[in-house]
Amino acid sequence: MKNNDTSRRDFLATALLAGVAAGCSSNNPFSPGDDAIKASGEMVKLLSVDGEVIEVDKAFLKPVPDMPTVTSSEERIGIAGKKFVMVIDLARCKNVQACKASCNHAHHLNPGQNWIKVHAMQEAEHTAPYWEPTTCMHCDQPPCVKVCPVDATFKREDGIVLIDSDRCIGCRFCMAACPYSTRVFNWNEPVLEKEIAEKPYSCETSMPQKIGTVSKCDFCPDMARKGELPHCVSACPNGVFFFGDMNEDSVTNGAETFRFSELVKDKAGYRLMEDLGTRPRVYYLPPVNRNFPFESGLEKDTTEKNNFK
Amino acid sequence: MKNLTPLTADIITNNLVPQKFGKRGMIWTGVLVAFCIVGAYAYFLQLKNGLGVTAMRDYVSWGIYISNFVFFVAISLVGSLITAVFRLANVKWSTPLTRIAEIIAVSAIVFASLIIVVDMGRPERLLNLFMYGRLQSPIMWDVIVITTYLFISLLLLFFPLLPDLKILIKRKDLSVKSFGKFYSFLGSFWKGTRLQEKLNKRAVNILCVTIIPVAFCIHTVTSWLFATTYRPGWDSTNFGAYFISGAFLVGAGAVIVAMYVFRKAYALERYITELHFDKMGRIVVLLALLYLYFNVNEYLIPAFKMKNSEEAHLTDLFAGTYAPLFWFAIFTGMLVPIFILLFKRGRKPLPAFIAGVLVVVGAWFKRYLIVTPTLLHPFLPMTDVPESFKHYFPTWQEWAIALGSLAGALLIITFLPGYSPSSLYRKL
Repeated sequence: MKNNDTSRRDFLATALLAGVAAGCSSNNPFSPGDDAIKASGEMVKLLSVDGEVIEVDKAFLKPVPDMPTVTSSEERIGIAGKKFVMVIDLARCKNVQACKASCNHAHHLNPGQNWIKVHAMQEAEHTAPYWEPTTCMHCDQPPCVKVCPVDATFKREDGIVLIDSDRCIGCRFCMAACPYSTRVFNWNEPVLEKEIAEKPYSCETSMPQKIGTVSKCDFCPDMARKGELPHCVSACPNGVFFFGDMNEDSVTNGAETFRFSELVKDKAGYRLMEDLGTRPRVYYLPPVNRNFPFESGLEKDTTEKNNFK
Repeated sequence: MKNLTPLTADIITNNLVPQKFGKRGMIWTGVLVAFCIVGAYAYFLQLKNGLGVTAMRDYVSWGIYISNFVFFVAISLVGSLITAVFRLANVKWSTPLTRIAEIIAVSAIVFASLIIVVDMGRPERLLNLFMYGRLQSPIMWDVIVITTYLFISLLLLFFPLLPDLKILIKRKDLSVKSFGKFYSFLGSFWKGTRLQEKLNKRAVNILCVTIIPVAFCIHTVTSWLFATTYRPGWDSTNFGAYFISGAFLVGAGAVIVAMYVFRKAYALERYITELHFDKMGRIVVLLALLYLYFNVNEYLIPAFKMKNSEEAHLTDLFAGTYAPLFWFAIFTGMLVPIFILLFKRGRKPLPAFIAGVLVVVGAWFKRYLIVTPTLLHPFLPMTDVPESFKHYFPTWQEWAIALGSLAGALLIITFLPGYSPSSLYRKL
């Protein structure tokens, strides 16, 4: 699958370059060429769409814009043969918040928006406090998808729940329905770099964010297509997050890889609010034999200090 | 009363045709229009800058727009109560009230639909509801039943109006001039033949039968917008009945208020008599007791168990930040009106009017208390959000839009009788 994609991408790139070679600007193959560019005399060999090897002056080559690798209807179906799953090991979390920072950075979230939240939890007065990062649970019985009136948020075959911001009407029923309070709304026009704001919306990157629509953690399916881990997983210095595929029965945090079923069995994994019947795809390992004391995370505690207005 | 000349058809016609506004009427209209203009300006700002102009944020994602919507849907239920339920039960005394009730119902349901569009983040994508609509979503159920209810209500207003339209078309001197053409457009096909009378009567009967289940649907489905979620305070099997009983109560209260105002403004003492206030007063007591019963179920049963998730919510209502508003709503919306209307003297026009106002005001705040406090008590703690996300108090834009919509509904209620013939009384 991955190979297919790469070759498809290369193909697209070649096709585009061939278009450029034919003397066209990169966007519209039918518009006249840019006269301002002068031939440099240095030639490069390229493969044309017909499979011919052709030579083009180097000056006519332009960097290929980042082309979406999948169509929006493919984005609604998901990556074939996969059942994504996440395991969050609470014994390793000390509230470093690198997950959140990298996620916010990668998705260009505006201040005040966080798809990942790190809660300071304490079940009861005399039980031990612990840090609990939450992402979207990508439920198998997603309450948000059930209530969406326009199919703007949907469940894919690979288990991921995504949002189509081009379709969302902003009724916020999904936010009321989600018991994990995972959803974030764009109350104002998102402040984005021009380059990102002008891109067409992709459900898989969840970018660019649009005013008056809902967003949330997307499990980074664009990274999965590239064969890479979600940003939070690779950013965490303590290896709290494990990401993987239930069909392969393996999860990894980049450094360690486990058999998913064994990990959850050995460490008594559980899911949040199991009694609600939402069937989350995010599993938690209980905070036992912890790597860090709870207090070590307090300096980063955003629940009180870091609240920007 | 006995000394008055008997009411002939001519006197009735003269008394009940559209009447010109007095000075007070003009001031009243002016104030309402002013509210509407400010509301429209606030909505313009919201369209320009996004929902960020409201105080709603990620936790309190539904605010007074939604509670206002629930209020409108609730009050619109009265049309079906007074018109259909009483008619089918062969209650004769309610006839003069039917048109008031229908007008309230139509204006409320129109503004319910408008205010829900105001709450949307992307109102320009309204058509997505029809292009990509999912029948599984309670919002789609609401769209369907509200549209149906609006059309049945309009027909139920229109059909009984036909014989009266004929009078107005005939006697041009009685009607407001510019509306003459409109009246002929609406009613010139009406000849008043026996067959037409019969058909009309049948049509109204059929509408009366259909509007009752539809009315139950609109408010039940509206309650399901909340009850289909997991949230403490909303996750209740009691919600449909709770909402419907509350809706009948606020609707009946609104009818008493409207009765009093119309009676004063148009000198209708001979049509809307003290008997009507007495009967409506009794009905409000019954409905308030019913609503109180559902409130006991809704709040005291979870409070008996005090599940963790419910506890924060309930203590906040009973004794926390929302306690003043909560008890205000319970007392003004139910207990005080029951107390007033329980006595015969309390069912005289003026005290009944005051009780009606209390019911309506209490009901508005009750809807607010159903929507907002729940959202401030999510299952997981409110983490990693700005401090302002943890409270909710509507901004001036929200108040302006909400008040503007209320003023708009009142404007329709004010104008429809002014321009529609014999609108306060019907013989059918």
